[in-house]
Amino acid sequence: MRRRLLGLAGFATGALAGTALYRRSLGRRRERLDVYFEDGTMVSFGEHSPEAERLLPVARRLLTVPRR
Amino acid sequence: MDAAQALADLTEISSQIEAAVLFAADGSVLGSTGADDGAAAELARGAGELLEHASGLRDEGGTVTQVEASTPEGSVFVVRDGERGIVALTAPNPTVGLVFYDLKSCLRGAGGEEKPKRRRRAAKQEEGGDDAS
Repeated sequence: MRRRLLGLAGFATGALAGTALYRRSLGRRRERLDVYFEDGTMVSFGEHSPEAERLLPVARRLLTVPRR
Repeated sequence: MDAAQALADLTEISSQIEAAVLFAADGSVLGSTGADDGAAAELARGAGELLEHASGLRDEGGTVTQVEASTPEGSVFVVRDGERGIVALTAPNPTVGLVFYDLKSCLRGAGGEEKPKRRRRAAKQEEGGDDAS
């Protein structure tokens, strides 16, 4: 009986931890850079691409500019 | 319509935009909303930087007309139309298409062009008669 209760408690703890991790990964906002050209094409760069790494710091800096 | 009026219309239409700056090709500020003079100049400079670096991101080159940089702290939008451009800051996860549309309308308005009739469409959608596509 005691072993069953311990098993149930372990299962519940694992399920809760898994749910929390899943929700955390879903809630994490990713960084992205989209560039649109005059010919109508668009290129999207993910957060760890070298291209995004060049431009995202500029964007991050602009977002810290004080607003009224 | 002048820059100030175009920016006033922009902030009235779009609640997602926290600050916006209209700038000329040489980086000078034509008008701003949500930012004081110093901040506006810094945003205009940064927008120029983004456009300049972005144009070198594609091997075949080409003129960059729009940039969106999305971060967890918010998004930066830059739109260029000929000799002028606009940069805007938004909160995280904005409605990208709508923000670009509003910025382009603002640019056209500041350039003296007549604004497209979005409000009428938006009103129709609110009445439930139009599908949002």
